[in-house]
Amino acid sequence: MACSAAGKIIHPPSINSARSAQKPHSSHKIISPSAFLGFTSQPDKLFPVSRTISSTGRRSATVMAVSSDVVKEKKLKNAPSSAPNLLITKEEGLELYEDMILGRAFEDMCAQMYYRGKMFGFVHLYNGQEAVSTGFIKLLKKEDCVVSTYRDHVHALSKGVSARAVMSELFGKTTGCCRGQGGSMHMFSKEHNMLGGFAFIGEGIPVATGAAFTSKYKREVLKEDCDEVTLAFFGDGTCNNGQFFECLNMATLWKLPIVFVVENNLWAIGMSHLRSTSDPQIWKKGPAFGMPGVHVDGMDVLKVREVAKEAIGRARRGEGPTLVECETYRFRGHSLADPDELRDPAEKAHYATRDPITALKKYMTENNLASESELKGIEKKIDEVVEDAVEFGDKSPVPARSQLLENVFADPRGFGIGPDGKYRCEDPKFTEGTAQV
Amino acid sequence: MLGILRQRVACKGNPAPLSLEQGIRVIASKAFSSSAKEMTVREALNSALDEEMSADPKVFIMGEEVGEYQGAYKISKGLLDKYGPERVIDTPITEAGFAGIGVGAAYYGLRPVIEFMTFNFSMQAIDHIINSAAKSNYMSAGQMSVPIVFRGPNGAAAGVGAQHSQCYAAWYGSCPGLKVLAPYSAEDARGLLKAAIRDPDPVVFLENELLYGSSFPVSAEVLDSSFCLPIGKAKIEREGKDVTITCFSRMVDYSLQAAEILAKEGIKAEVINLRSIRPLDRSTINASVRKTNRLVTVEEGYPQHGVGAEICASVLEDSFEYLDAPVERICGADVPMPYAANLERMAVPQVDDIVRAVKRACYRSSSLAATA
Repeated sequence: MACSAAGKIIHPPSINSARSAQKPHSSHKIISPSAFLGFTSQPDKLFPVSRTISSTGRRSATVMAVSSDVVKEKKLKNAPSSAPNLLITKEEGLELYEDMILGRAFEDMCAQMYYRGKMFGFVHLYNGQEAVSTGFIKLLKKEDCVVSTYRDHVHALSKGVSARAVMSELFGKTTGCCRGQGGSMHMFSKEHNMLGGFAFIGEGIPVATGAAFTSKYKREVLKEDCDEVTLAFFGDGTCNNGQFFECLNMATLWKLPIVFVVENNLWAIGMSHLRSTSDPQIWKKGPAFGMPGVHVDGMDVLKVREVAKEAIGRARRGEGPTLVECETYRFRGHSLADPDELRDPAEKAHYATRDPITALKKYMTENNLASESELKGIEKKIDEVVEDAVEFGDKSPVPARSQLLENVFADPRGFGIGPDGKYRCEDPKFTEGTAQV
Repeated sequence: MLGILRQRVACKGNPAPLSLEQGIRVIASKAFSSSAKEMTVREALNSALDEEMSADPKVFIMGEEVGEYQGAYKISKGLLDKYGPERVIDTPITEAGFAGIGVGAAYYGLRPVIEFMTFNFSMQAIDHIINSAAKSNYMSAGQMSVPIVFRGPNGAAAGVGAQHSQCYAAWYGSCPGLKVLAPYSAEDARGLLKAAIRDPDPVVFLENELLYGSSFPVSAEVLDSSFCLPIGKAKIEREGKDVTITCFSRMVDYSLQAAEILAKEGIKAEVINLRSIRPLDRSTINASVRKTNRLVTVEEGYPQHGVGAEICASVLEDSFEYLDAPVERICGADVPMPYAANLERMAVPQVDDIVRAVKRACYRSSSLAATA
């Protein structure tokens, strides 16, 4: 079960020490009750099934992801007869499948375009992690916000930014979502509430916390009917950064509607998570600050979706933040310029067998939610979408020279906006009085 | 003070600037008319925050000690009681965290005023000021404007040592996407802070701790709640014809005192209060240099790559033929601020440094050694 030769660690004594040889990041893991299920500092129950699970959870030697327990519970509870209760309907399943295929096909096309010289600079691909993006973002409304890192193409696509806009942005054309001024690492979309796209790791976390703060402010001070939730996506390396802890503290302190989603793909460029982190179990950092911390198998979109539903629901109801650690893996290197020499091929092979797309396909076909041909049809459709995006990007014009100096300021002449909402410099009266020089 | 009074009176009704003698007569004659109200810079900032918060419910203040402590320097006094803890927010000691939270709130539609206890602490949050606030409107091609104000005391105080005394005007002034303001008087403080809060772009508002208690006369227009000063325009505090002195924040006071001393010796100095470090009011500065033909820049910050260096470059580029003498730069000493009182006095420009520099620029002194 333990897959990688990347090194074994000694568990800290608080965890069952009987399993000292096992790497913490295998596909099955137990959550000690204090972390999430029986989270005692919250009066409300987070998962209705917590009582039944915790008795087995406390001492068992095998480890299971939280949501898989939930899944089983749900199946037991709701299965009246022999018909298995499924986690998703056919429409939901097809939507998830399409989104993941879009993410995968798009990123593969990015790699091709990069090696042909149409894309340049830093490009960080998301292959292998699609379950996290699809599992979380497909549960959001349009007004909810997503804040991401430099590995943001698929987050933007899942949130609704069109493939054409993202592809032209990567080509540096003026029809891109940021008119070519942002690039791969800075995907912003006001319409879809995709708040970026940040190159510095950890930078997006306070910004996401601020967006969550705004939701709460709108509700409490401006008295608007606002239950918008923010998702902050970031990686395992970020969890050692000061800003992460600062925001865990403030989010719990002020009970902000935010979900901190850790995409733990075990590697920060060439630095293994185990080499850089004193306690590699990131979900434990949540309870240290007073919020629930959950670990979930990030290669399985259905499990991610179940956990996401709970976490987002919590935030929407005003119960505060959640820290979700998704164990996932990136099939490609850190960026397209990364030779990716430090990762063990055996580890890569192991995770390749857990490809989230193959897993969902298997689930859907085995449970007769969709036929092979329907899924193939989706794949074909997505191929066309991506090719169309490339064509659109190719045909789009590069930015005009005058665009260089545009958009530095929202109010370029620097005189401020007057009470009537117009630029002050255009008001003929404004230079009278003491403003006279 | 006299210079300021005179300028204010001159501006009120007469478009043409008065000479010093005329001005004094005007003051004397107006001594019995409506007395100008006096306001400290602290009161000016407090009233500006109060008015902007009551006008727009999206404005909120966040920072260390802004609420229950009434503000580390009492700038936000009374605001917690008036607006409540949801709008005047005491934070833990997490500059990077709360500056970032402010930026995120600004992205999403609110208008935060983030206070740094001093701008030295903004270095912990500088990633958010520059990377997520200043650059966002550009990176997102206009989609994410960031109507945020970062304010706090800047520059040297009295005896606070090296890590609490740096002037950040030059650092922030070099970043595209930021507007950087440095008020001097109560009128500047009120007008510029209101303009900054209403502005849709990130503004770095550099106050000065030693000016907080200084009192200035303010006209009725300044007290009006819709009073705003334009961002990007400097103010000529004192008219002159022999030399131009540019300065901002506390150095305006010193420059005006120096101008008084020089006037007695027959040198009429024109003192320009920059008010806005970015965008720099190059046209006013150049117009003045073209009139006087000599320039002395005064600032508190370090000399290398400072505000004075930028002004010199600007003047050389635009008004080279008009210069009759090399430009003189007066800056803080090129050392971290010492603690001992006499050393600290030497590390910050004083009035006689400015007087000496002006005399050098006017060839009235033989020594050309460039001492700070």
